[in-house]
Amino acid sequence: MSFNLEVTGFRLNLFFFFFLLNPDIFVTVNVLKFPTDFFIWSFFIVDFTFFFKFVLFYSVYVLCRWLVLAMAMLRFYIKKGTHKGLYRSIARTLKFFQTFALVEVGHCAIGIVRTSVIVTGVQVCSRIFMVWLVASSIRQIQNEESVILFLVVWTVTEITRYSYYTFKLLNHLPYFVKWARYNFFIVLYPLGVIGELLSIYAALPFVRRSGMYSMRLPNKYNVSFDYYYCLIIVMLSYIPLFPQLYFHMLRQRRRVLHGEVIVEKDD
Amino acid sequence: MSTAVVFFEVEILDAKTKEKLCFLDKVRNKLQRILYLPVPDPQWYPARQSIRLDPKGKSLKDEDVLQHLPVGTTATFYFRDLGAQISWVTVFLTEYTGPLVIYLLFYFRVPFIYAPKYDFTTSKHWVVHLACMCHSFHYMKRLLETLFVHRFSHGTMPLRNIFKNCTYYWGFAAWMAYYINHPLYTPPIYGEQQIRLALILFLFCQIGNFSIHIALRNLRPPGSKTRKIPYPTKNPFTWIFLLVSCPNYTYELGSWLGFTLMTQCLPVAFFTLVGFIQMTVWAKGKHRSYLKEFRDYPPLRSPIIPFIL
Repeated sequence: MSFNLEVTGFRLNLFFFFFLLNPDIFVTVNVLKFPTDFFIWSFFIVDFTFFFKFVLFYSVYVLCRWLVLAMAMLRFYIKKGTHKGLYRSIARTLKFFQTFALVEVGHCAIGIVRTSVIVTGVQVCSRIFMVWLVASSIRQIQNEESVILFLVVWTVTEITRYSYYTFKLLNHLPYFVKWARYNFFIVLYPLGVIGELLSIYAALPFVRRSGMYSMRLPNKYNVSFDYYYCLIIVMLSYIPLFPQLYFHMLRQRRRVLHGEVIVEKDD
Repeated sequence: MSTAVVFFEVEILDAKTKEKLCFLDKVRNKLQRILYLPVPDPQWYPARQSIRLDPKGKSLKDEDVLQHLPVGTTATFYFRDLGAQISWVTVFLTEYTGPLVIYLLFYFRVPFIYAPKYDFTTSKHWVVHLACMCHSFHYMKRLLETLFVHRFSHGTMPLRNIFKNCTYYWGFAAWMAYYINHPLYTPPIYGEQQIRLALILFLFCQIGNFSIHIALRNLRPPGSKTRKIPYPTKNPFTWIFLLVSCPNYTYELGSWLGFTLMTQCLPVAFFTLVGFIQMTVWAKGKHRSYLKEFRDYPPLRSPIIPFIL
């Protein structure tokens, strides 16, 4: 190939980003219309054909998806002026590709991404739990502000994260992307946790009243399960888990942005 | 033949920091002697010391003789602290007494577990009494085996294991016992037939498990730490050695499957599953080490389930 693949890839990414910002590509608020997906898929085919770097095309694909979601959310808010009903409009898309994120666990297991399987697994599972078992199944909380809060936080976090991966894989990492990836989380992470916890807390009375996902005695399996107490345990589990992840990210930040060498504890 | 006494000079360095911890001269042959010498810090008792030839290598054994190791007359060893240790016997006794006691607390329905009107009542289903007897028999058997049958290759394990193991055993015992002894317990669907079949399976596997433990004990003379390939003996329950490397795990799985069938309780099934996964990991490791150690290891054997796993 006579042209420089990496530079081309970088330019294609930029092009696509500006292309997406053009509101005329959306016919309606529902983003899963064929034309939008067609553009995403064609880009992903180009990526795969020319680059053969699976991780790169996956990053770009996920980045595009989150950008599209962000656009959809913005468009809904501008059109309707309120956040009520926003979740319902993006629920299907969100469910689809938050579940699709399970492939990342596969990437870690195969070894093409150098993260631990358990860390990724826990992250993806907690996201899937929030989407499927809390927000989508308990309709009464879908208009709460806390749901919008964690959605916005997730969107911004994922966009910075996948832009970072994409640009890094193309070896053209602008400093502001790196800066964003390692600084935004300081505010976003606690905000996201607050959003999630408030959503679960808001859902509790509805779970109690309806007795959903629960099983009482007597039954032929001789077991019982109360979703209400399960949710309370999930909320409590944030207490040990959140500081660990937060300080891990802070350590990464110190290492990447300030070049400090952190001596890891010997196992 | 002159029996010249060979003296060694031994230098011990810390495996991580490489600083010299001590220097011994006029050391005779056995490594064992080094471990029992007075050390700078009295909390480093011998079971906690790991002495090795290479900082990242395997630990040397107590019985190793200096003359047979690849060292000159001046030997350099690396020391690594294994952390606080606890003996296997202590761990086993603690982790098996817990389930025994806990299950009985639930069986007798002591206060604060179920609703107050059920305190100290007994279940009207006879399978609940049978389950209590089987469960208690199982753990009594394990306790007696720990005291009188098992011969352990390692004396100790890290201290934190006792917390991990006890949480596992005691936690699961409480979870199972709660549902089996619950006033709203539902007996097995197929009734008498299912319970009888389950009981036969359970007893068969308990006897099998015990036979294997005896056979393994007889492989190793008292006080020694030799390793030999186990073979079937006159006892029919040991004939499974023809097909399986670790039949004690196979029989254990069988016992718990029997118990699950007997009680028809999902937590018990879950406990069986988790135990099965753990035992499979152990069996595969054992099988691999047998294959590595013995050239003539019988090829027909699988780690835990004949022909399958």
